[in-house]
Amino acid sequence: MAEKISEEQVKHVAELAKLEISDDQLPYFTKQLEQIIGLFDTLSKVDTTGVEPTSSVTDQINVMREDIAENWHQTQGLLDNAPDTQDGYIRVPTIIDESED
Amino acid sequence: MSNFETTIGLEVHVELKTKSKIFSPSPVEFGDKPNSNTNVIDWGYPGVLPSTNKGVVEDGIKAALALHAQIEPHPHFDRKNYFYPDNPKAYQISQSDKPLAHDGWVEVEVDGKKKKIGIAEMHIEEDAGKLAHEKEHSFVDLNRQGTPLIEIVSKPEISSPKEAYAYLEELRKQIQFTGVSDVKMEEGSMRVDVNISIRPVGQKKLGTKTELKNLNSFTYVEKGLAYEEQRQQRVLMTGGTIGQETRRFDENTGETVLMRVKEGSDDYRYFPEPDLPALDISDAWIDSIKKELPEPPAKRRDRYVNELGITDYDAMVLTQTKEMSDFFDEMVKDGADPKLSANYLQGDVNGYLNDNQVDLQNTKITPKNLATMIKLIMNNTISSKLAKKVFKGITEGKEPKKFVKDNGMVQVSDPSELQPMIDEVISDNPQSVEDFNNGKDRAIGFLVGQIMKKTHGKANPQVVNKMLVDSMKK
Amino acid sequence: MNYFGESLNSIHTKLVNKKISSEELTKQTFDDIKATDGEINAFLTLNEEAALKKAKEIDQNGVDANNVLSGMPVAIKDNMVTKGLRTTAASKILGNFTPIYDATAVEKLNSLNAIDVGKTNMDEFAMGGSTENSAFKITHNPWDKTKVPGGSSGGSAAAVASGQVIAALGSDTGGSIRQPASFNGVVGMKPTYGRVSRWGLIAFGSSLDQIGPITRNVADNAVILNAIAGHDKHDMTTSTKEVPDFTSSLDKGVKGLRIGIPSEFMAQGLDEDVKDTVLKTADTFKKMGATVSEVSLPHTQYGVAAYYIISSSEASSNLQRFDGIRYGYRAKDAKNLEELYVKSRSEAFGEEVKRRIMLGTFSLSAGFYDAYFKKAAQVRTLMINDFTNVFKDFDLILAPTGPTPAYGIGEDVSDPMTMYMNDVLTLPVNLAGLPGMSFPAGFSNGLPVGVQLIGRPFDELTVYQAGNAFEQSTDFHKKTPKMGGNN
Repeated sequence: MAEKISEEQVKHVAELAKLEISDDQLPYFTKQLEQIIGLFDTLSKVDTTGVEPTSSVTDQINVMREDIAENWHQTQGLLDNAPDTQDGYIRVPTIIDESED
Repeated sequence: MSNFETTIGLEVHVELKTKSKIFSPSPVEFGDKPNSNTNVIDWGYPGVLPSTNKGVVEDGIKAALALHAQIEPHPHFDRKNYFYPDNPKAYQISQSDKPLAHDGWVEVEVDGKKKKIGIAEMHIEEDAGKLAHEKEHSFVDLNRQGTPLIEIVSKPEISSPKEAYAYLEELRKQIQFTGVSDVKMEEGSMRVDVNISIRPVGQKKLGTKTELKNLNSFTYVEKGLAYEEQRQQRVLMTGGTIGQETRRFDENTGETVLMRVKEGSDDYRYFPEPDLPALDISDAWIDSIKKELPEPPAKRRDRYVNELGITDYDAMVLTQTKEMSDFFDEMVKDGADPKLSANYLQGDVNGYLNDNQVDLQNTKITPKNLATMIKLIMNNTISSKLAKKVFKGITEGKEPKKFVKDNGMVQVSDPSELQPMIDEVISDNPQSVEDFNNGKDRAIGFLVGQIMKKTHGKANPQVVNKMLVDSMKK
Repeated sequence: MNYFGESLNSIHTKLVNKKISSEELTKQTFDDIKATDGEINAFLTLNEEAALKKAKEIDQNGVDANNVLSGMPVAIKDNMVTKGLRTTAASKILGNFTPIYDATAVEKLNSLNAIDVGKTNMDEFAMGGSTENSAFKITHNPWDKTKVPGGSSGGSAAAVASGQVIAALGSDTGGSIRQPASFNGVVGMKPTYGRVSRWGLIAFGSSLDQIGPITRNVADNAVILNAIAGHDKHDMTTSTKEVPDFTSSLDKGVKGLRIGIPSEFMAQGLDEDVKDTVLKTADTFKKMGATVSEVSLPHTQYGVAAYYIISSSEASSNLQRFDGIRYGYRAKDAKNLEELYVKSRSEAFGEEVKRRIMLGTFSLSAGFYDAYFKKAAQVRTLMINDFTNVFKDFDLILAPTGPTPAYGIGEDVSDPMTMYMNDVLTLPVNLAGLPGMSFPAGFSNGLPVGVQLIGRPFDELTVYQAGNAFEQSTDFHKKTPKMGGNN
């Protein structure tokens, strides 16, 4: 394994995470991530053949809510906390790339 | 043109008709004021957690059963991560590596040939909110956020636009009969994402596929695919290559236009949703859901043909929608003649629905009233001619027996009441009597007409006919 | 007044006997906080007006003699949402955020008429072990103002240790209750995963986070856990198991209890005084009739890597909602949506938070998921199995809480690797979802040293039982730091 993370990859990850890493921060940030990912790579020494991953340690299973509708009447409080609203909508700046719909 | 084969993939999103959202108890309602059906969960507030709606899981199982899919005993939810203003947590709770069900199928018939089309997997997930765009700004309404969806992904086994149409039609019908969704594209409760690729016959590797957007009806799906199939063939035959791109269907021109070129695949960083416990779907649970499931269309069709003596064609028409089929079943249960019921549903009722562009459930026509009318016809209380007027009354919510009585429409079948009129007509029309006696059967029609005139259409034509014949033979 | 030498019961008795009213108690609590917080910086937001109003009401209705928390001032870590009271998770991105609902743990304390005096400082989004990662202030260790109070619940632990409050709520994702409890000479319990509702806890690592009490002694801790534990319909991962009375086993002693000390936790890198403290604690338990032996948790060395992959991955997803759209910080003058996202998040998240988001995003990204996230989740299974094996033959595990006592402010922040390694002894408990409690067990150069007891899932009772037995036979919990001339 021992993947080394490149500056290019760091930029790509920052894009996915919607974070800006300036060009002068990039080498420093890359070096730090590289070091930590080096630590992550120690896991490759563990034989995990046939081991189920654990993604939760709750003792619960099949806990579900009955299909009953409740309106908590929080709309006004929610809108009051929003940075920009208009006519009951949350307002955001122009969307340039409609990559999702 | 025939040296290419086509592979079409369809991803269908179906909106479920539950009372509350999939992970929040907010009501599922449309057309309300923006953000009025939202709470802190729907807004992805700091500290909130999802809670799974049991009704959604059960509806998903119903749909899986209807589509003959294998239900996963231990499905779980995953987070699909992406930023967008209609996606408040910046992740959608969906299912990725262990979806609710897999390996289902539907059977379609195209050009007289039957074919099973496989369903790769189906999963439950939350819908996003809605965005409205203006020049300077976009506006977010989260009312739809969290509405439950089932996504149904076909196997790459659809090989023509016609098959795609038939697949969608059959999928819609199967799900519609489970009652979990309205499955209406025009209302957004069914949405279709389409991809298509072509390859030279014999080539193993699938060609590069393009995705089509803005397909708002089954017809547009078929048209868009047909256009795209032709376009790809033209490109390949002129030595070009197909780009991995998303294209938009233009309803006006019937063509597809490039929206954007896809670079690599999206990186949604799926991982198991830690906030929701795993599900354990036992056979006992599935069995209890099976019992709640309405009878599927194929079974209804068989029953209509074999038990009720309806023709194959009629049975097929009656099982186009669950509403129509349920309506028919209730009429028969109420004692109406199946054949006559089927005729009226396909004739007068469908005509009325088409003329007024409404769904059966949104009219005032009830199975009970229509059944009553048919029984009145059966026992000769009204003629089929008068029934036209009665039907109009039924569409206005009128009870047929009362309507007939109030309007003095009861059919006259009593011979003692009819005999004087018959005698009168015979003596007034010697020419017709002579014609009849000379074998001109048409003459009797004229005489019946005279009686109908005298009774303002209320005389029972069969009875009058018989009495006329008897009287003239004397 | 400060709360040195007091317990929940002693204060409760004074309230019931009207030696002091709830209003007076609350007022004096704020007076003391104001007098001392200039040097401690434990609080981010004070709730003075509402707290005094509620205290007055409780006085009017009469303090409930059967409810120890009636009229009792407590503090809440600032990552639990409080309706109408600013909640920031010590981040600029929530700098002016006022929640419109209460966290379940907070709501439970409120309904028992405890009085929320304010919100305590922490590492931003609970990421860190020193409270130096707060966007707003640096909290100082009451025992030595040049030292960190630990973290991320550093504000809560320092507030209790300095006598500002008798009890506070913290949260623990990889040691964030236990490590600051150790650094501050107080008792901190991370309950079993699913014991306390996470509804309203601003998520860091959703499969690891738990809320728990920080108190001056073990008995008080059990009382607070009684108040906040239990199934919650808003948190489907909370257990439906019956919640016992956590105070019911306090006096049962340790006779016959089998305690294991994992050799991997006592290995190199451990401060000598800390090691010595653990061994002395073991001797005390032996003297009281427990058996103590060495056990092995062989995958311990992989814990740090597994933990930082899992917690950062979950955090990278959990923190995406802070996008400047619906609440919190929105960057000024963003020209389009993309700019709004990037500027809001880049301007308002601190460096450590960004680092974890980057690590987590990387670990989940296409091509790396199997090698990192999935692998870590598999190693997690092996670590859980290690614990399960030990608990077949042992009732409790005894271990140091942190490798060292409190370190100097500014010593650690520059190097994330050192910071991450400090959690090596606490995070296995979170990965396995077990209950773990740190309690005072010694001193090193005048700084408190805590040790932790780890129990089987949902067996907080035995942890409290042994912790209380130790406390009854020692004086470490009675020692107090010198505060502004009070001592």
